[in-house]
Amino acid sequence: MTFFNHFGRYLLMIKGMFTRPENLKMYWKELMHQCYDIGIGSLGIVVIVAIFIGAVSTLQTAYQLVSNLIPKSTIAQIVRDTVILEFAPTITCIVLAGVVGSKIASELGNMRVSEQIDALEIMGINTKAYLIMPKILGSFLMIPVLVVIAGVLGIWGGRLAGTLSGILAPEEFEYGLLSGFQPYNVVFSLYKAYTFAFIISSIPAYFGYYVQGGALEIGKASTTAVVTSCIMILFADYILAALLL
Amino acid sequence: MIEIKNLHKRFGEKVVINGVSAVMEAGKANLIIGSSGSGKTVFMKCLVGLFDPDGGEILYDGVNFTTMEDDQRKELRQKIGMLFQGSALFDSQTVEQNVMFPLSMFTSLSYAEKLKRVNEVLDRVNLKDANKKFPAEISGGMKKRVGIARAIVLNPKYLFCDEPNSGLDPQTSLVIDKLIYEVTKEFNITTVINTHDMNSVMEIGDHIIYMYQGEKEWEGSNKEIIYSKNKKLNDFIFASEFLKDVKELRAREA
Repeated sequence: MTFFNHFGRYLLMIKGMFTRPENLKMYWKELMHQCYDIGIGSLGIVVIVAIFIGAVSTLQTAYQLVSNLIPKSTIAQIVRDTVILEFAPTITCIVLAGVVGSKIASELGNMRVSEQIDALEIMGINTKAYLIMPKILGSFLMIPVLVVIAGVLGIWGGRLAGTLSGILAPEEFEYGLLSGFQPYNVVFSLYKAYTFAFIISSIPAYFGYYVQGGALEIGKASTTAVVTSCIMILFADYILAALLL
Repeated sequence: MIEIKNLHKRFGEKVVINGVSAVMEAGKANLIIGSSGSGKTVFMKCLVGLFDPDGGEILYDGVNFTTMEDDQRKELRQKIGMLFQGSALFDSQTVEQNVMFPLSMFTSLSYAEKLKRVNEVLDRVNLKDANKKFPAEISGGMKKRVGIARAIVLNPKYLFCDEPNSGLDPQTSLVIDKLIYEVTKEFNITTVINTHDMNSVMEIGDHIIYMYQGEKEWEGSNKEIIYSKNKKLNDFIFASEFLKDVKELRAREA
């Protein structure tokens, strides 16, 4: 299949999700289930990644700032802006593409191969709406929250590393953190989070939903889904930065 | 009753179903038999709408399924139950939740009412004390029973069974066959069974369609099949020496 075939089928899949739900209560239940899986299920890895990224940012920024003319509080400013603008949304979402994306692709792929999707279709359920829509909505609700958590913990990790290594005192870090702060950076970070949330959920859902074959093909679909999602995240990251900064 | 008129289906250049017409009557076990690759699975998937046919008509009690709008199809599908070859149970749900799923999705019954109905159908398929088990914890035969229970929980008018005996031992196969047959008669369901199990054919084949390379080659009942003169059918059903002996014995008795 060519790129255009895939893209056309992907758009049709998205279009196919928008129908009247057979039973709103069941859809709500599925949405809550997805929110839990995506949000709580990924929280641990997001916390770990965020803290270490913030910590490493502080150490490496301090290593590069060798001039005495530059105040140490600048380290905190650099850490704050890189964490908010890039590390919290992009790195977190690349990690989530692996965690959430592979889960979505393999779950749907397994359901397709074992005829569970066919069983739902025969019952008269719109499987695109029932299986894919809650995953996308769940990602929309939870991934921005995870990105905000990653931002806060990333900065806190940076502060902790600065204090523990004796690079800069907590007061200096906090002074730098507050100076020159632009609230728009947080808004921009959330734009990214929503865009990446759509990529992380819809692309793996596409590869999982249309898988054909057996266990081997589910594995391949899962890998393709993660790789494609990561590439699309980086591409979207560039486009958003070029357009909105 | 399901009426199929001149059904065609192809994948690319390959013709899989070529002008098949048949009538599947209510209250009867309608069997589709044929060797692997004869088109019987595609035929069944066309009947339930998982594949769109390239030509022909499928009439459910006189209403053309192939030209229905999506909403009409959805409505009709709630009257269809299907037992899949691999049972297609939802892995993450217990037996009880699997059977309750169609009720939760399409009815406004209370939990207690749904549970009562679930227990009724599980009882009907002789499956007790398995409510809280997951599909991975039960045997193949039990999975088929859960599949039947889920298929009949909404009191369907049409029941489709794709290879209901695959992977089962002869004894369990017989139990599943009898169960499908009893349910068909009891609720006057139009049942279509896709199989290549000759025991099923002889036990429950009220109406049998033999498919060969995408075409209907022979049609009749289990009483007629044994004496059929159709060479392709005979090659298929009497593939083993044992069955050839059975045929000769029956012919002598007749």
